[in-house]
Amino acid sequence: MSIAEVQPRPYSREWLLSDRPSSRRQARLGRAYVIWRRFAENRLALLGLFILVALLFVAAFADVLAPHNPLQGDLRNARLLPPGADGYILGTDDQGRDILSRLIHGSRLTLFVVVLVAVIAAPVGLIVGTVSGYAGGAIDAVLMRITDIFLAFPKLVLALALVAALGPGIENAILAIAVTSWPPYARIARAETMTFRNSEFISAVRLMGASPPRIVMRHVMPLCLSSLIVRVTLDMAGIILTAAGLGFLGLGAQPPLPEWGAMIASGRRFILDQWWVAAMPGLAILIVSLGFNLLGDGLRDALDPKEAGQ
Amino acid sequence: MTISDTNTALRRGGSRARRRGLAILGFLLTVATTFLGLLAVTFFIGRVVPIDPALAIVGDRAPAHVVERVRLELGLHLPLYQQFWIYLKQALSGDFGTSVLTTNPVLTDIKRVFPATIELATVGTIIGAVLGVPLGVLAAVKRGSLIDQVVRVIGLVGYSVPIFWLGLLALLLFYAKLNWVAYPGRVDIVYEYSFTPVTGFFLLDAAMQRQWDVLWDLLRHIILPGALLGYFSLAYISRMTRSFMLNELSQEYIVAARAKGLSEARIIWFHALRNAAVPLVTVIALSYAGLLEGSVLTETIFAWPGLGLYITNSLQNADMNAVLGGTVVIGSVFVGINLLSDLLYRTLDPRTRNR
Repeated sequence: MSIAEVQPRPYSREWLLSDRPSSRRQARLGRAYVIWRRFAENRLALLGLFILVALLFVAAFADVLAPHNPLQGDLRNARLLPPGADGYILGTDDQGRDILSRLIHGSRLTLFVVVLVAVIAAPVGLIVGTVSGYAGGAIDAVLMRITDIFLAFPKLVLALALVAALGPGIENAILAIAVTSWPPYARIARAETMTFRNSEFISAVRLMGASPPRIVMRHVMPLCLSSLIVRVTLDMAGIILTAAGLGFLGLGAQPPLPEWGAMIASGRRFILDQWWVAAMPGLAILIVSLGFNLLGDGLRDALDPKEAGQ
Repeated sequence: MTISDTNTALRRGGSRARRRGLAILGFLLTVATTFLGLLAVTFFIGRVVPIDPALAIVGDRAPAHVVERVRLELGLHLPLYQQFWIYLKQALSGDFGTSVLTTNPVLTDIKRVFPATIELATVGTIIGAVLGVPLGVLAAVKRGSLIDQVVRVIGLVGYSVPIFWLGLLALLLFYAKLNWVAYPGRVDIVYEYSFTPVTGFFLLDAAMQRQWDVLWDLLRHIILPGALLGYFSLAYISRMTRSFMLNELSQEYIVAARAKGLSEARIIWFHALRNAAVPLVTVIALSYAGLLEGSVLTETIFAWPGLGLYITNSLQNADMNAVLGGTVVIGSVFVGINLLSDLLYRTLDPRTRNR
C-alpha cells in the first residue's frame, strides 16, 4: 500500500462517501450526503419536500402570482362564479373575490402560523426537556409533572379556551397553539438527554470546569436537535389543522384576511349550491399538511433508519 | 420446602406487596396532581388571562352594577391564592357557575349534552376499531403489497385532512346530492315529542323502547358524523396495528408456530394478534379520547347537540363559565381515559407487573 493514496476530488461522490474524512467539514458534508441519499430514495418524501418548497415560493411571490386582489372583489360582475369562469381559475366567493388569489395570499398566513408556533414551542420544549433531563431529581420531577398536565389536556379544547380568554385573532391563536404544543418536545428532549447525560464526553466537559448552563446549552441541546426537528416537522400538519379549526370557528385570523380555515367557514353557507367556495381552501389545507406529513415521515426514516417502515 | 425457602418467599411477597402499595400510592398521587393541574390551568385561563374576568363573563355591554356584583361573587377582590382555593372547592363539588347563555348551572347543561357526545364518539370508535384493526393486520401481513399502500394512504390523508371540511363535503354528497342520510341534527323533529329518552343515549333508549322507526331515524342521523370520526380513528388504529403486528410477526414464537404446522390464518389472527392486542387496547382508548376532542368540530358541522357544540356555542357568546366547565369535563375524561388505559395495559401485560 503506497503512502500517496489517491485523494478523490473534493466535493465528488467518493470524497463525500469516504470513510476516512480528512477534515471536519468533509465528515459533516459526507454525513449530510448520506442522509440526503436515504431521504431522496423515498419518492413520497421528495413529494413532501416539493410541496413545502412550492408553498414557500407561493408565499414569497404572492404579490406577483396572485391574478386578483385578495381582499377587494368585483361585487357587481363576479359574485360566486364557478371554477374555470373567465379569468377566475378556482371561481370566486360571495364578495366577488378570486379564490385562487386568496389562497395564494393565505399561504403567507399559514406559514406565519406554522413558523411562529415552531419558533415559540420548540425552544420552550427544548429548554424544559434538557434542563429536566440533565438536572434530574426534584427539578426533573416538577418540570415533568407540569409537562404531563399540559399533555393531559386535549389540544384543541385547551387552545379554544385560551383563545376565548385572550380574544380572537391570529396572534392569540398562535400563542394558544404554542402553549398546547410544547409538551411533547419537552418529553423528547428529556428522553434524548437521559441517554447521554452520564456519558464520558459530558463528564469530560464537566471536569474541564464547564458550568451546568454551558453544558446544557453547548453540549446537550445540539444533540437533541435532530429528533426534535423530525417531531416538529411531523407536528406541522397538526398545527396547520388546529389553526384552520380555530379559523373555522371564527377564533383565528379575522375577516377579511384570507386564512384558509376562515375561508371554509364563510363558504359553508353556500356549500349546497356553490361548493367550490368551501372546497378549494380545504383542498389547500389538505395538500400542505399532507406535504408536511410526507416530509416528516421521510426525515424520520432518513435520520433514524431503525424506525423506517414502521 | 425448607423454612428458609418459605422465609425468603414471604419476604419477597412482603416487599412485593409494599412495592405494589407504593405503586398504587404513586398512581393516586399522579391522578391528584394532574387534576389539580387541570383546574389550575383553567383557573389561570378564566381569571388571570382576561384583563377583567368579570367583564369576560357578563360581556362588555353589561351595566356597571352587574359587573360590580359579579366581581364580588367571583371574589375578585381577594388575593389570587384565595380565589384559587374557592375555585377549587367549587369545582370539586361540581359547581362551575352559571351559563349566561342558557341561565342553567353549567354542570346541568353538561349533563344534558354529554351523552350525545359519548354516543357519537362510541359509534366512531367502534367503526374505527372494527375496520382499522383488520386493515392494519392485513397491511402488516402483506407488507409492501397494494393493500399496504392503500392503508398507508388512508392513514396519511386521515392525518392531513381538516375534519370540518371533510364533514362539509360528506354532507354535500350524502345528504344533499344522494339523500342517503338525514340532515344535520340528532333526531327528526317528528319524533321529538313521541320519543322520550331516559338515559340520554338515544340509540339505547330507542332500542329498549322498541321504537324501531325512531331507531332507524337515529341511525340515519348518526351514521355520517359517526363514520367521519370513525375514519379518523381508523387512520390512527390501522397504522398502529400495522406497526404492532410487524413487531409480533418477527418474533421467534411465530417461527415456532409455523414449524408446528399451524395454519397461517391461525398464526396471524390468534397468536400474533393476541399479543398485539395488549398495546392495541391502549391505542383504541387513546383514539376514543381523541374523538371526544375531535367531536368539537364535527358537532359544529352536523349540528350534533353534544358537548362540542355546547362549547363552541358558548364561545361565540363569550360564555366563559360554560367554556371552562366544558374544558374541565373534557380534560378530566381525557385524563381518566389515559389513566384507565395505563391501568389496563398493566393488567393485560404480565411483563409490566413486576416492574
